[in-house]
Amino acid sequence: MSSLTVSEVTKSFGATPVLTGIDLHVPNRSLTALLGPSGCGKTTLLRLIAGFDEPDTGAIAVGDRTVTGAGRGVPARRRGIGFVPQEGGLFPHLSVAANVTFGLPRRERRDPGRVRDLLALVGLDAALAERHPHQLSGGQQQRVALARALAPRPSLVLLDEPFSSLDAGLREDTRQAVAEALYASGATAVLVTHDQAEALSMADQVAVMRAGRLVQLADPQTLYRHPLDLDVATFVGDAVVLDADVRGGQAHCELGVLPLERPCPEGPSRILLRPEQLQLGGRTAAPTGTIARVHSVEFYGHDARVLLDLPSGLQVTARLDGSVLPADGAEVAVAVSGAALAFPARAAGRDQAGRDQAGRDQAGRDQAGRDQAVA
Amino acid sequence: MLLALAVLVAALALLPLGYIAGFTVDVGWSGVRELVFRPRVGELLWNSTRLVVGTVACCVVLGLGAAWLVERSSVPARRVWHVLLVAPLAVPAFVNSYAWISLLPGLDTYGGALLVVTLSYFPFIYLPVAAAFRGLDPALEETARGLGLSAWAVFRRVQLPQLRVAVLGGSLLVALHLLAEFGALQMLRFPTFTTAIYDQYRATFNGPGATMLAGVLVLLCLGLLLAELRLRGRAAYARSGRGAARPHRSAPLGRLTGPALLGLGLLVGLAVLVPLASLTYWMLTGSSSALPVGELLSTTGTTLGLAAGAAVVTTALAFPTGWLVVRARGRIATLLERSTYLGSAVPGIVVALALVTLSIRATPWLYQTVPVLVAAYAILFLPLAIVNVRSAVEQSPRIYDDVSAALGSSAFDRLRRVTLPLLAPGLGAGAALVFLAVVTELTATLLLAPTGTTTLATAFWSATSGLEYGAAAPFAVLMVLLSAPATVLLSRDARRGLTT
Repeated sequence: MSSLTVSEVTKSFGATPVLTGIDLHVPNRSLTALLGPSGCGKTTLLRLIAGFDEPDTGAIAVGDRTVTGAGRGVPARRRGIGFVPQEGGLFPHLSVAANVTFGLPRRERRDPGRVRDLLALVGLDAALAERHPHQLSGGQQQRVALARALAPRPSLVLLDEPFSSLDAGLREDTRQAVAEALYASGATAVLVTHDQAEALSMADQVAVMRAGRLVQLADPQTLYRHPLDLDVATFVGDAVVLDADVRGGQAHCELGVLPLERPCPEGPSRILLRPEQLQLGGRTAAPTGTIARVHSVEFYGHDARVLLDLPSGLQVTARLDGSVLPADGAEVAVAVSGAALAFPARAAGRDQAGRDQAGRDQAGRDQAGRDQAVA
Repeated sequence: MLLALAVLVAALALLPLGYIAGFTVDVGWSGVRELVFRPRVGELLWNSTRLVVGTVACCVVLGLGAAWLVERSSVPARRVWHVLLVAPLAVPAFVNSYAWISLLPGLDTYGGALLVVTLSYFPFIYLPVAAAFRGLDPALEETARGLGLSAWAVFRRVQLPQLRVAVLGGSLLVALHLLAEFGALQMLRFPTFTTAIYDQYRATFNGPGATMLAGVLVLLCLGLLLAELRLRGRAAYARSGRGAARPHRSAPLGRLTGPALLGLGLLVGLAVLVPLASLTYWMLTGSSSALPVGELLSTTGTTLGLAAGAAVVTTALAFPTGWLVVRARGRIATLLERSTYLGSAVPGIVVALALVTLSIRATPWLYQTVPVLVAAYAILFLPLAIVNVRSAVEQSPRIYDDVSAALGSSAFDRLRRVTLPLLAPGLGAGAALVFLAVVTELTATLLLAPTGTTTLATAFWSATSGLEYGAAAPFAVLMVLLSAPATVLLSRDARRGLTT
């Protein structure tokens, strides 16, 4: 197993730039998730690493070995990189055993012990060996695909949205089996996904991609607690975003005066809270809290999301455990636990702040126009 | 590399068209006027037109009606009827017309021709329409009914638009087959362009008259193709959901069950039982003279050999085009695919005429040899193979190449272990269809077969030309027996091979 280093890789399809300068380092024996919305270039990056396509510029190295860049690329079949495609991509004309041993030298393919070990590695029963792919469930197909990719002991395994076609229940089990197999084999792995829960729960580090570039590379907890900007923040989880004024190292906002997670310049800013930080109390119980009205409750069993209308008209979400829930239309006091993460208004989430700014400018101009008309 | 091969294949397919076009330019406008604008051509045009229009109309009525009864009504024994309604395809049209005219010599009229060719060709409409009925998602009809449409409105606004592609495609197939039909019409002594071209060719050998008639015929075929493209538009109907559609509810016939059974029985009786009875009768009468076993065996051997050769060659030729159409989607690939279809829309008699003339002029050492004959088969039956290669390649998406490359497999290794095993069934089906089409091919074989090479079709033909109906019967029976497997193939999967 080896590390993976991607340096300044760019790729365009025709006139459309897909990747605009990607740098990424995946340490040995770790799992990195490439997380991004569809169309952000994450699958393209995966295909460049695998060697199915060549980058326009930049270099990719597996361990110390440069596989592309500085001249001609190493063809996919000589890279020693395992690949698990979206729907498994099992060869429909071959049995499970033949699929799993496909990449092994001829004399090793006949060894039933080898097949058994590989199936056991991904948590499958050896009795499945003689089945054909169409006789397997979606989750089993994905596990077989992983066993097939791991069989030739690749230096790196790439997984392209391997769980996206599975049902919710099956997805959890398959995820866990895959994570365990990857850990047991000591594999270095790159997982492409657009599902933030999957990225956060499985990966050692998460690379967030947006519009052809890598926005943030961090471990899951850092990513969730200290996102680089509000776009990343809202992409990796539910968020409560409020306007605030930072004064004296504290954020003054609709929900009160909150401590800051990290220092922020004084002045107008936007702050990020996670829904689980909002705590609801009866109207009288918490006289210091802001009073909000319950708009609606989404009950999930293990927990619930409560949509709240704040006095300003802003709607925010609180996440509660499902034991005691307020009724629709009830008035509740909202308190905040923990610190807020503040982003200076100008630099905060490009879209949000930009739009607000533009809106204010427009209002100013309108006012000026009316003044003139009066004069 | 593949592209160059596909271009060569397209060029081969377009060879007859190019020959006709080149010839027309050589003759010049005055020559064309002299050869084309004469009463004889007008008479042929009238004959061909009324036969095509009449037959297509009859076939649409019979095909739609039978398909509705079998697929959507409560008529008993629907599976059996389905097989019986496809069975006429096992009897080549010229064998069918032999069966009829040998019993009823008075059928050599427009009405007789209409009857015989309709009975031979209505399955070309029945099959795609039945498949379309089966493919209609009942959810669409239920949705429409839920939106408040009446039963009739559902048929007109939901079902009919979806059947249109099948009806049009089937009609085009019937019309093209009719324009190309030679044996059946010659036997019924109903003169059309093909029979006239053949007679001219026999009389004057390679005369400009025959070629110009062929030119008019080709124009008719191209006109039909264009008309169908315009009518069909860009419509492509696919079920958007995944998984199998639910079965349909069948409409109860009630008191109409009797008449429905009678109608189906009459149709099957005329289309299947009459020819079989006639063949049996002639087999029994003809067997007063001893069965020519040696001749039958050698003719069958020649036929099977030619058919096998043509099947292999045609499938090999179809491979580059079928592959590129899927793997290198784009204008060029589509253009190449279309040109092979265009080339095979040319009637067999024209292909044969073009190859005779070209081989005499350009490559005399090839004239009347097996390679030229096989080339003609390839031009005529390429679409059968391409359609199958294409759908096979679609079954083998590029992801398998990527995965096996990532597993360290070389290009050759991938071809051997992944691509070919995945393509094999499709390639086999294509080759089988070409094989069976060649077994009953008459027109091109008559003109192009090397001297002394006799196939079942040509042996049958020379016997009937001498009105030796008894002697012809064994060859006809063998052809029917050999065609039967193709019919089974077609009745199973109506959309393959037929909708070219």
